[in-house]
Amino acid sequence: MKRLLEPAALHALARGCGVLGAGGGGETYLTLLQALQASEDYGPVSLVDVDELPDDALIMPCGGIGATTVSIEKFENGDEGDRLRDHLQFLTGRPVAALMAGEIGGGNGMLPITWAARLGLPLVDADGMGRAFPEVPQVTMQLAGISPMPAVMTDERGNLVVFQAISGDWMERLERAAAVEFGGAASSTEFSLTAAQARTATIRNSVSLAIRIGEAISQARHSPVAALIAELGAFRLVSGKVSDVERHTTSGFVRGSVVIEGLGEDAGRLIRLELQNENLVALERGRVLASVPDLISVLDIETADAIGTERIRYGQRVVVIAFGCAPVWRTEGGLALTGPRAFGYDFDYLPVEELAGASS
Amino acid sequence: MRAPDCRLGIDVGGTNTDAVIMDAADRVIAKAKVPGTPDITGGIVAAIDAVLRAPEANPDRITHVMLGTTHATNAVLERRSLRRIAVIRIGGPATHSIRPMFGWPADLTAAISAGAVIVDGGIEFDGRDLSPLDTDAIARFLGQVAGTADGIAITSVFAPVSARHELAASEIVKRELGEVHISLSHEIGSIGLLERENATILNGALAGVANDVALAMRAALDAHGLRPATFFAQNDGTLMALDQALRYPVLTIGSGPANSVRGAAFLTGTADSLVIDVGGTSTDVGVLVNGFPRESSQGVEIGGIRTNFRMPDLVTIALGGGTVVTADDAGVRVGPRSVGYRLDRDALVFGGQIATLTDSAVAAGRAVLGDPGLTGSHRRTLLGALAQADVMLADAIDRMKTSREDRPLITVGGGSILIPDRIPGVSEVIRPEHFDTANAVGAAIASVSGQIDRIFHLGPGGRQATLDEACGEARERAVAAGADPGTVQIVEMEEIPLAYLTSPAVRIRVKAAGTLGGLLDQHREPAHGAQPSQGARRNP
Repeated sequence: MKRLLEPAALHALARGCGVLGAGGGGETYLTLLQALQASEDYGPVSLVDVDELPDDALIMPCGGIGATTVSIEKFENGDEGDRLRDHLQFLTGRPVAALMAGEIGGGNGMLPITWAARLGLPLVDADGMGRAFPEVPQVTMQLAGISPMPAVMTDERGNLVVFQAISGDWMERLERAAAVEFGGAASSTEFSLTAAQARTATIRNSVSLAIRIGEAISQARHSPVAALIAELGAFRLVSGKVSDVERHTTSGFVRGSVVIEGLGEDAGRLIRLELQNENLVALERGRVLASVPDLISVLDIETADAIGTERIRYGQRVVVIAFGCAPVWRTEGGLALTGPRAFGYDFDYLPVEELAGASS
Repeated sequence: MRAPDCRLGIDVGGTNTDAVIMDAADRVIAKAKVPGTPDITGGIVAAIDAVLRAPEANPDRITHVMLGTTHATNAVLERRSLRRIAVIRIGGPATHSIRPMFGWPADLTAAISAGAVIVDGGIEFDGRDLSPLDTDAIARFLGQVAGTADGIAITSVFAPVSARHELAASEIVKRELGEVHISLSHEIGSIGLLERENATILNGALAGVANDVALAMRAALDAHGLRPATFFAQNDGTLMALDQALRYPVLTIGSGPANSVRGAAFLTGTADSLVIDVGGTSTDVGVLVNGFPRESSQGVEIGGIRTNFRMPDLVTIALGGGTVVTADDAGVRVGPRSVGYRLDRDALVFGGQIATLTDSAVAAGRAVLGDPGLTGSHRRTLLGALAQADVMLADAIDRMKTSREDRPLITVGGGSILIPDRIPGVSEVIRPEHFDTANAVGAAIASVSGQIDRIFHLGPGGRQATLDEACGEARERAVAAGADPGTVQIVEMEEIPLAYLTSPAVRIRVKAAGTLGGLLDQHREPAHGAQPSQGARRNP
């Protein structure tokens, strides 16, 4: 069913994208303003289910790549999507029918709306991650064997690069290097696919899930956190206070750990989160409570707003929740791409239901 | 400028205006507290009159006057006396996806905006041009707004890396419009284009308010035949000369809390501790680090818009001496309503009909005020409320701590009788003399500072050479602002490596501070600490 993304839905979506960012993906503050302005100027974007599109309809996954520090200073013109679309059509010889977020988590979950509004194209209710991940090839399309090519990157000036890479890893290396030359941030599309492919190769309904998350938070009668947990079927790992933050930047990524000291009914508990842009693992006394690819999100204890890994600081009152990732990430191939070992950990993945479910 | 002798410190708060005179040995020799007035200037005039009329006052020895106020915040909140600003953003073809002032409250935009433009130009994070500066577009825009704009706000993408496009645009404005108030973003905020642009626009809008305050103060001093050197307190608890304050009024917007933290430091001789300022309606908890208020790492919202200039890091709760206490079937309730300045009429201990936290403090024996007997029939409610208030205060204090160890707490403000002697996480409660005029004292003892906050690319000299360069610039700025070169020290230094970038870039923030130029050696205040005054009472 078609649905227009009116301002209220955009506000809800921004909150939901924050929660689905699992600590990463950057803030949604600017991307929300961009989407609101584009909707005001060009009319609201319609959200479509993959099933509403004809089999051969071409879907353009897209988003921003690069440093969040750069994009809070030098953000988009708004016409990047025009060039990505035009060049993808030129390369494929087929019209683009709809846009899709490559990554629903964080700011990238919203950026395609700005471009879709200008282009008058719908947004597909799906994405390639169901959350945020640090690297370009960590998407379900890669898992489904869809080629990342043709990949196109552009900047606000009109520069444009087409990438022909032999693998997803090479795509990641080449695109990141080009993004630095463009001034630290750029816009890109990879893994374009047909609606028929998208029915199985994407995380379906992730945009409407993000909107529902945002609505659950903003419409909660009593506790926004409790409403959110109920909506997601999430596990509350701990409620407490951030008592230690250790963060450093290596080779372009934020790494470190955060300790949360339990308060109230959790008094006496200490939970440690390990992070690399996103929250990767939650530990209690050396025991894993949850890990990638399941989602671990840190929320403000009062408002349930997600707190990104770059914004966590000592003294904040937070609730840490964990919830199951899309089932596709729990397959052998999915875990090879995004499981604990893919991030350098020496343990096997267990679903959050078994880990956190057992302790609560 | 005469060698500093006696200084007059003024603090314009929400309820009262305070003034103190301090001598060259940093003793408080006269103080006054008068009720504020809606137009701010009346309160300033009355406070100056009152303190100069004190028997101990010595008007002829006053060489410096320092003023701190939260008035600018109220002007924004009430959309009052704001100037109309033309906004120039330099960053095209980037950034068109969010227009200047998009998402602002409509009435605030209507009160402030004289038009806005985004022109090509701006800087990349590594210092290159984003695109060449479109000087013609700037000139055309100025032609459109000439006559309607009271001021111009200029913000360039990555101005904290290089200000060259902002400075070039500023020259065009001077050429096209002559004398007009110009606000440049690189002198106001840090990384975060929209927040910095917002702060820069607000700065221009507040120039008229700053002017009104300066004129009122000058008139009040003239009436007493005084011509002292005039300074405004700024957000970081240091001073800026009057002409600087008139150019950058937004940098004085948080001076109230900053002064209370600085005053608390001075009155107790403490350089590192927690500070709680309890007023009639609300309570601020701040942190004193090396003699200065800790600054917030997050942006602050003013009147519904996001900004990112440096402000004291505070937790504010709706709890004060006038907070109303009620009880019903559901139990005892504390606030958030307050009787405010009517405390001396409405509170039970003063013969009024409304139970307040001041009554609670009296009933619990924390303070001797009014007639304690009048609290008798409400005793249970009052003590229950105080227990709740203690929990709220302890929680607010804990939120400001950065580590688990116990820290000392300095209490200032008229409502500080509420604070118990023992608080979880607090090693001792220090109650200084003159606690009720700590803000004005903080203004009077403030030092002069210079600050830089920029992105540096590590050059051939490496990290140390870059740090030296940054420190040198901060020192020069402090001296230019009026600090005695011999006393200038680096009081704060922060290095933040930028994430997701492969080339080594680091944001460096350095603050240098020194005493007012000409101050005699023996009265120099060490830049990293404050001098003790007599009579600080310590608990336990």
